[in-house]
Amino acid sequence: MATVLAPNQPLPAHEQKKGLARWISSTNHKEIGTLYLVTGLAMFFVGGAMALLIRLELFQPGLQFMQPEFFNQLAALHALVMIFGAVTPALIGFSNWMLPLMLGAPDMAFPRLNNMSFWLIPPAALLLMASFFVPGGAVAAGWTLYPPLSIQMGPGLDMAIFAVHLLGISSIAGAINIIVTILNMRAPGMTLMKMPMFAWVWLVTAYLLIMIMPVLAVAVTLLLFDRHFGTHFFNAAGGGDPVLFQHIFWFFGHPEVYVLILPVFGMISTIIPTFARKPLFGYRGMVSATLVIAFLSMAVWAHHMFTVGMPAGAQVFFMYSTMLIAVPTGMKVFTWLATMWRGSLTFETPMLFAVGFIFVFVAGGVTGVILAVAAVDVQLQDTYFVVAHFHYTMVAGTLFGIFAATYYWLPKMTGHMYDEKLGQWHFWLTMIFFNMTFFIQHFLGMAGMPRRIPDYPLQFAEFNMISSIGAFGFGFSQLLFVYIVVKCIRGGPKATGQVWDGAQGLEWTVPSPAPLHTFETPPRVA
Amino acid sequence: MTTLSNDLEAGRYFVPVPSRWPIRSAVALLFLVAGAALWLNRGGSGPYVLGIGLAALVLILFGWFSDVSGEGAQYNSQVDRSIRWGMAWLIVSEVMVFAGLFGALFYLREISVPDLAAGGRSADLWPGFAGGWPVTGPGLPGDLKAMQAKGAPTINTIMLLCSGAAITWAHHAAERGRRAQLVLALFVTLALGTAFLYNQSQEYRHAITALHLTLSQGAYGGTFYVLTGLHGVHVAVGATMVAVMLIRALMGRITPHGHLGFDMVTWYWHFVGIVWLLLFVIVYVI
Amino acid sequence: MNRFWFQAPVTEIAQRINDLSAMLLVVILAIMAIVFAIMIWSIARHRRSVGHAAATFTGNRFFETLWTVVPILIVVGIAIPATSVVYAMKDTSHSDLTIRVTGYQWKWKYDYLKDGISFYSELATPRAQLDNREAKGENYLIEVDNPLVVPVGKKVRILATANDVIHSWWVPAFGVKQDAIPGFIRDTWFKVDVPGTYRGQCAELCGREHGYMPIVVTALPQDEYDKWVAEKLAAAHPAPATTADASKMFTMDELKASGAKVYAAKCAGCHQGAGQGVPPAFPALAHGKIATGPLDGALDIVVNGSKKNPAMMAWKDQLGDADIAAVVTYVRNDFGNTAGDAVQPAQVAAAKH
Repeated sequence: MATVLAPNQPLPAHEQKKGLARWISSTNHKEIGTLYLVTGLAMFFVGGAMALLIRLELFQPGLQFMQPEFFNQLAALHALVMIFGAVTPALIGFSNWMLPLMLGAPDMAFPRLNNMSFWLIPPAALLLMASFFVPGGAVAAGWTLYPPLSIQMGPGLDMAIFAVHLLGISSIAGAINIIVTILNMRAPGMTLMKMPMFAWVWLVTAYLLIMIMPVLAVAVTLLLFDRHFGTHFFNAAGGGDPVLFQHIFWFFGHPEVYVLILPVFGMISTIIPTFARKPLFGYRGMVSATLVIAFLSMAVWAHHMFTVGMPAGAQVFFMYSTMLIAVPTGMKVFTWLATMWRGSLTFETPMLFAVGFIFVFVAGGVTGVILAVAAVDVQLQDTYFVVAHFHYTMVAGTLFGIFAATYYWLPKMTGHMYDEKLGQWHFWLTMIFFNMTFFIQHFLGMAGMPRRIPDYPLQFAEFNMISSIGAFGFGFSQLLFVYIVVKCIRGGPKATGQVWDGAQGLEWTVPSPAPLHTFETPPRVA
Repeated sequence: MTTLSNDLEAGRYFVPVPSRWPIRSAVALLFLVAGAALWLNRGGSGPYVLGIGLAALVLILFGWFSDVSGEGAQYNSQVDRSIRWGMAWLIVSEVMVFAGLFGALFYLREISVPDLAAGGRSADLWPGFAGGWPVTGPGLPGDLKAMQAKGAPTINTIMLLCSGAAITWAHHAAERGRRAQLVLALFVTLALGTAFLYNQSQEYRHAITALHLTLSQGAYGGTFYVLTGLHGVHVAVGATMVAVMLIRALMGRITPHGHLGFDMVTWYWHFVGIVWLLLFVIVYVI
Repeated sequence: MNRFWFQAPVTEIAQRINDLSAMLLVVILAIMAIVFAIMIWSIARHRRSVGHAAATFTGNRFFETLWTVVPILIVVGIAIPATSVVYAMKDTSHSDLTIRVTGYQWKWKYDYLKDGISFYSELATPRAQLDNREAKGENYLIEVDNPLVVPVGKKVRILATANDVIHSWWVPAFGVKQDAIPGFIRDTWFKVDVPGTYRGQCAELCGREHGYMPIVVTALPQDEYDKWVAEKLAAAHPAPATTADASKMFTMDELKASGAKVYAAKCAGCHQGAGQGVPPAFPALAHGKIATGPLDGALDIVVNGSKKNPAMMAWKDQLGDADIAAVVTYVRNDFGNTAGDAVQPAQVAAAKH
């Protein structure tokens, strides 16, 4: 009967599966990480195609290409696919790949559960994409699914709700895996206050996921009940309130945006010290800031609801809490600046994206401060100003972070250096076209253009045209990214284990590409 | 708090070999929800697809946990800690589900119903609606009687509390290797849990037929059934796990040093009991 | 300036919002200037390629305190004026005039509570412009048949609600946006300082034609407003445009031709072009139980609305008897339905209650 293996006892060889079986049944964090990353990239293009269709219709006033219902379907699914199909899997992909390496652990705490978390994503994506083809089409009530409108939708809503359930199980299981890995699998000697910032942000992100995903499940399940089982949770005739849905949804929804950005903060905190050749400034402060952000993020949700008619006292409370969250976030930005300051900087592509991230994320963050002021928000709620704000933080923020991390870790993952020249092209094209697409949308919102409309009054025509041109430039620039990644996987200058001369951490002590099984015996950390 | 970190002397962390259970469970869940979507939209094949998914899921859980059970001898103390932490955080996520539902109940009772009733901001739209609790809603006819705390709910509370004590007794027995006591205590736990479910179903029957309280009876009906119903599902799942533990105890598989799964079931059972106490007070008493 | 800033304010609240925004803009531009200046300096001076060697510091009490305390002070500094504007926006007391605004899919209804004036306000942009067959007019998508009319200089309280889904009543020039929530009343207020016509749009996704239900408000000097009120009250319930003589009889073909047009304009949005609907919210009319059942039931639901599903409103307030007769005839004899009956306006009149 098998017993616990001693630390230095060799592992019994298990037959390494080949082909499809390898990917289907993997219990290896690197393989599963790759599955997540590839899926995220593919879904990014699916969501991106939807965005281009939207911008195509908005190129000129008038309806040229589609009916309003289809436009609304695209808008809703674009968001669901990007948030849950592209960005989240990409972030989890990196957590899978890098957390065990950074912590000196042989794998995640629950490797099989890890695999299940991944394999729930394709079924959810299938449900969402298939919903376009059922009677009534995909849900056309925004990704926020507000009732009573969502209850008027066809089966496409039910499919979206069930996709959310599957994604919720995937995320909660993944979050449990991450928390336990970080708490329980660090190499001996690596105390919590010695572990990389990347691990800290994931510990906090995972905690947030566990707190909020169940609440999202409640929101969409009550929606399902109102729709099919005759309940009145969101129906005044039965004592219910559509605004109740908004409260429950945004209690999930606001921390969710921190779930999407905190891992990126961790990536930036990893990349900047490497290319500044200087340790991260103010580690303790960064840890505190992360904890404060997480705590506050659960007390700001109603700033998405400033026009529902809350009493003034409630408006003011949420205004204050929302403005407060700018403080720890700003602290992080200043810390990155202090890390760069008097360093010895070089600007390879990961650093380009990290620095670019700071520029555009700060822009997105300050428009958040404007939106936080409830009185001003009344003019901006549900306009293109909000669209600009969250694309600055989510695209410029999260996406740039993912790009930075990809370039940073591709050599470790593949064993080859990517094409630096092409990487720089990708950065500049992305930066220019991103700003062209979204900067002008701030003004559209201020001038009075609402969200989620397929056609608009004539005074918005010029800026919409510019935004659409930018969108197509941005979209096609991302094809270059795919080319770079594929080229790097297939070959390129050999990468050393260290890869970047300023890089610190256990992941750089293993060869590149990282062997399938690493740290089977955890190292002792000083 | 001591930081949990690996102890080299305690041996390797067990990493399982490749397994098909995860993808099978994903496919089973897909069948389950696709079947549900079909069924809800009057697709004839819905119930069958759902049934296949559910059956597959049960089989998969059985297979997966059998694998885990077989690997137990290879788990060192670090893996043991992983599983305890994992279960704790799973229970936290479940607490958040109930927190969301309690939040909805609070909102309906304290915010939306008073708003719609006389004196509220929206009263003009619903003339004649007095509000209060329990209530169906301004657009629904009929009076409503509250579900009484006396009677079935109180008995249920006592039974669940006793079952909590019983499973604790079982735990003591397991630690001391007293198999007969362990089996008896588990049996009592299971019996009380099953009795709870039976009692609850009878209460539902009474509510529907005599009191005409259904899911569609507005705020009160919706929150009552969703809260108690979800809790009931958790009791059913917990009772199933207790039954599995009972069988394992009979087979001699629960030993003083090898009863991690049993511990996890105990935690879950206590969670289910605590949620009931909250439910009892908030839904029935106040 | 106009395209890069808010619309010109015509209420005190809108002006205060603009001022607050200007202050915020200065603050955020200053913050961005400082952050970007530091970054650019560092990028230029602290690079390896100019030979700069890396320092080793990882902390600095002074700066860490500074960049925690100063932002808190800035936040407090913003919060103080912001709070007073929020309370001012919420103070609907002592209003001169109260109007209930009801959002429908996809139009607005205005009820002047004291005077008893009541009318719908619907998009007036011609179909030809929407379909790209004609050049678009200056007020494309922001013109209505019956604008809301208010007096200048008087505090107007708006009671917002909705008939079906959540809408949002927004007039940027007033600085007013209030979600219209079905079953609930939520109030807000405005006082227009300058006579004129002001345009806004629905600001909450409400379905297919969310972008096609604008708001137009005409603010008149008090005496002109009083004249308007008098005219409105004098005209007995204004007849919808196509009311025909109640006793006129139409042929089946006339009814079906006219009915098809009414259906396309008013019904297809929910019940879809071929009558297939989007169940369960928008039932199918093709082979539908009510549509093909006894005429009484079909007429009743169109004329008086659905009790079960408020999205199906009482069309007697919206359409003339001839139009209702035409569209019911069309629905009962198209989409594969073969009821065979031709409905006359007199039957519609009899069905009203």
